[in-house]
Amino acid sequence: MFASAAVRRVATAGRAAGSSSSAAVSSSRSAMMSSAAVKGRADLLAGVGAYGGLTDQDRIFTNLYGEQDWRLSDAQKRGDYHMTKDIMWMGPDWIVQEIKDSGLRGRGGAGFPSGLKWSFMPKESDGRPSFLVVNADESEPGTCKDREIMRKDPHKLIEGCLIAGYAMRARAAYIYIRGEYFNEAVVLDEAIHEAYAAGLIGRNACGSGYDFDVYLHRGAGAYICGEETALIESLEGRQGKPRLKPPFPAGVGLFGCPSTVTNVETVAVAPTILRRGASWFAGFGNPNNRGTKLFAISGHVKNPIVVEESMSIPLRELIEKHCGGMRNGWDTLRACIPGGSSVPVLNKTQCDEALMEFDDLRSKGSGLGTAAVTMFDNSVDMIGAIRRLSHFYKHESCGQCTPCREGTSWLEDILIRMEKGDADKREIPMLEEISRQIEGHTICALGDAAAWPVQGLLRHFRKDIEDRIDDPKSFDPEKVFQYAWSGDPFDNKEWVEKNGDDLTYKAAA
Amino acid sequence: MMLSAAKLLTRRLPSQASATAVTMRTTTRSMGHAQSFHINTPDNTPETYFDFTEENYKLVNKILSKYPANYKQSGIIPLLDLAQRQHGGWLPVAAMDKVASIVEAAPSRVYEVASFYTMFNRTKVGKYFIQLCGTTPCMICGSEDIKKTIEKHLGIKSGETTKDGLFTLLEVECLGACANAPMVQLNDDYYECLTPKTTIELLEACKAGKPPAMGKWGSLPMNGQVSCEGPLGKTSLWEAPQPPKVDVERFKAGNVDPASVKAHMSY
Repeated sequence: MFASAAVRRVATAGRAAGSSSSAAVSSSRSAMMSSAAVKGRADLLAGVGAYGGLTDQDRIFTNLYGEQDWRLSDAQKRGDYHMTKDIMWMGPDWIVQEIKDSGLRGRGGAGFPSGLKWSFMPKESDGRPSFLVVNADESEPGTCKDREIMRKDPHKLIEGCLIAGYAMRARAAYIYIRGEYFNEAVVLDEAIHEAYAAGLIGRNACGSGYDFDVYLHRGAGAYICGEETALIESLEGRQGKPRLKPPFPAGVGLFGCPSTVTNVETVAVAPTILRRGASWFAGFGNPNNRGTKLFAISGHVKNPIVVEESMSIPLRELIEKHCGGMRNGWDTLRACIPGGSSVPVLNKTQCDEALMEFDDLRSKGSGLGTAAVTMFDNSVDMIGAIRRLSHFYKHESCGQCTPCREGTSWLEDILIRMEKGDADKREIPMLEEISRQIEGHTICALGDAAAWPVQGLLRHFRKDIEDRIDDPKSFDPEKVFQYAWSGDPFDNKEWVEKNGDDLTYKAAA
Repeated sequence: MMLSAAKLLTRRLPSQASATAVTMRTTTRSMGHAQSFHINTPDNTPETYFDFTEENYKLVNKILSKYPANYKQSGIIPLLDLAQRQHGGWLPVAAMDKVASIVEAAPSRVYEVASFYTMFNRTKVGKYFIQLCGTTPCMICGSEDIKKTIEKHLGIKSGETTKDGLFTLLEVECLGACANAPMVQLNDDYYECLTPKTTIELLEACKAGKPPAMGKWGSLPMNGQVSCEGPLGKTSLWEAPQPPKVDVERFKAGNVDPASVKAHMSY
């Protein structure tokens, strides 16, 4: 009770600061736009001085935009593998406690406290080895953050594997990367070889006396393999169909041994947290939502980007500061999916106030998920957008549980008709009912994930559906047709010439 | 001996006639984009010859060395991928049988994996296999616009191959490059931030046999970007990255020898 009051208080304070300064910035930005000062606009975009926000010194992924190389020499310059041995000498229990104190919550969507999860692993061996499994099967629509870690800062992930694995007393780590990320897997594989050659993993890792192996396993295209037990099934060479829990993976997981499945980002931030201290990491964000986070922003913004920011940043500040705002201004915002396709949509009013954190978004009936923000402006037909998501879940349902296998098809079928207005109003509560019957009645969370976007649609855009049914003729598919949009016209020549290694697409106007 | 094994396999797979009957009777529900049964074609029967090349056998051993000796089956997915690469981008049923014999699993174990995952093409695809991401974040950024452009330019619909065998187009689900939408995956490579104009440029470059090379970070945003920094450029990390300051004193007290943890867990 007290905690939530405190959250609310901080939230309002943050909001006030955010909105006043965003107004200031947008007015000065338009002034700068008219002048030819490109560098000046960049400074402004960076929000130098205009926002409190996260400073560059406090960012973990300092090679996010790839000015430096991914290889070991540059990674060490950025501070990776610094004092890894000393950290390991502090012991697994200290590491787990430090992660608990930092308030780190899993970055893969569910937001389970990481330190707690790691502590579930057995501390005594019954003869079976333990494994760390890294979930790099990034396929939640909207999410493209782990990819940037794997191709630009792979050593952060590898060092994280060693430290997290050691904290769990694991023998080896398996990194399960989605099959479509071929070029990313090539980089990561090479980075693993580099780390082996330098003695940083393998026998006597980092000179600590502990042996730890890291293996890379490529998947073959299935969203469901992002679910932890499905991922384990897939790693064992079977169809990615989730297992019933219990037994939980920490008891019986990969190869029948104790395992923990964690997201790439969770593992990759761990070494930096330990080096800089739990209190440093806990200094960002509201209580219960600590730390920094990679946000991947897509949709109708001027500058779609992947950026590291402090947790609890107001959504509007995030968009105005890093994405240059909505393409036709904030007022054209229709909806936002704040955490990957599985969380319900927010409407405009909620977006005005939303803080990018687990608790605040949850209180708005949505969730932070993977912090993959997709912005929709008023040119979008939301029924069509959610209908396409339902198609996604129908396609990706593994077919194991009946409510999900059949229900996802029904959701899509009904939404296809509702998009055209070819439905009965009585079908609206029916649609809601189907989604409730899927939710919570399946082995894994894919059923819930399929139900929530539809529930979000019904919550906020019910009137649109009713109007469409009342007057199907008023719906013009041409009007809501979405033309190609990947942000404002390219305008970053100077930086690209310096950092693109002359490999960018030249024919671009 | 060999003959009887082949016979057994044939019996396990529905024959062409019965499979066609299934299609005619009802449209079967399939989880992925492909049908879940096999139909014999002249170049794809259980009797077709398939074996890994000598070089690839080295890779096979390398792959299998990653997994415990009693979990050879873990190698099924990487081995199928290797077979598909060796066989020009698609996976004949004979290759699945070969993988089954290598990992010492029943062929059906491999068939079910090959039909579950979307990256295994069990029928021939074009030289340039275009997978267009069509899920909502790409859709609102114009994936349908790009789809129309490709369909019009190549004269094929999603799921079809051009007559010259050069292109196959397939609309797939989220490929995980949402900040660079709309995008396509051409064989292994991501081409991002597309417009109808650059899409046609890409297709024409492929027709000329020279698809544009990948950028610095293993993908190519076609609007001139380097990777995920946006068309207007990055908004943070302006200073050259410095290693974080570490308080060395904090780690003075460390007295848990990792070697003792290793011994305790009897590794």
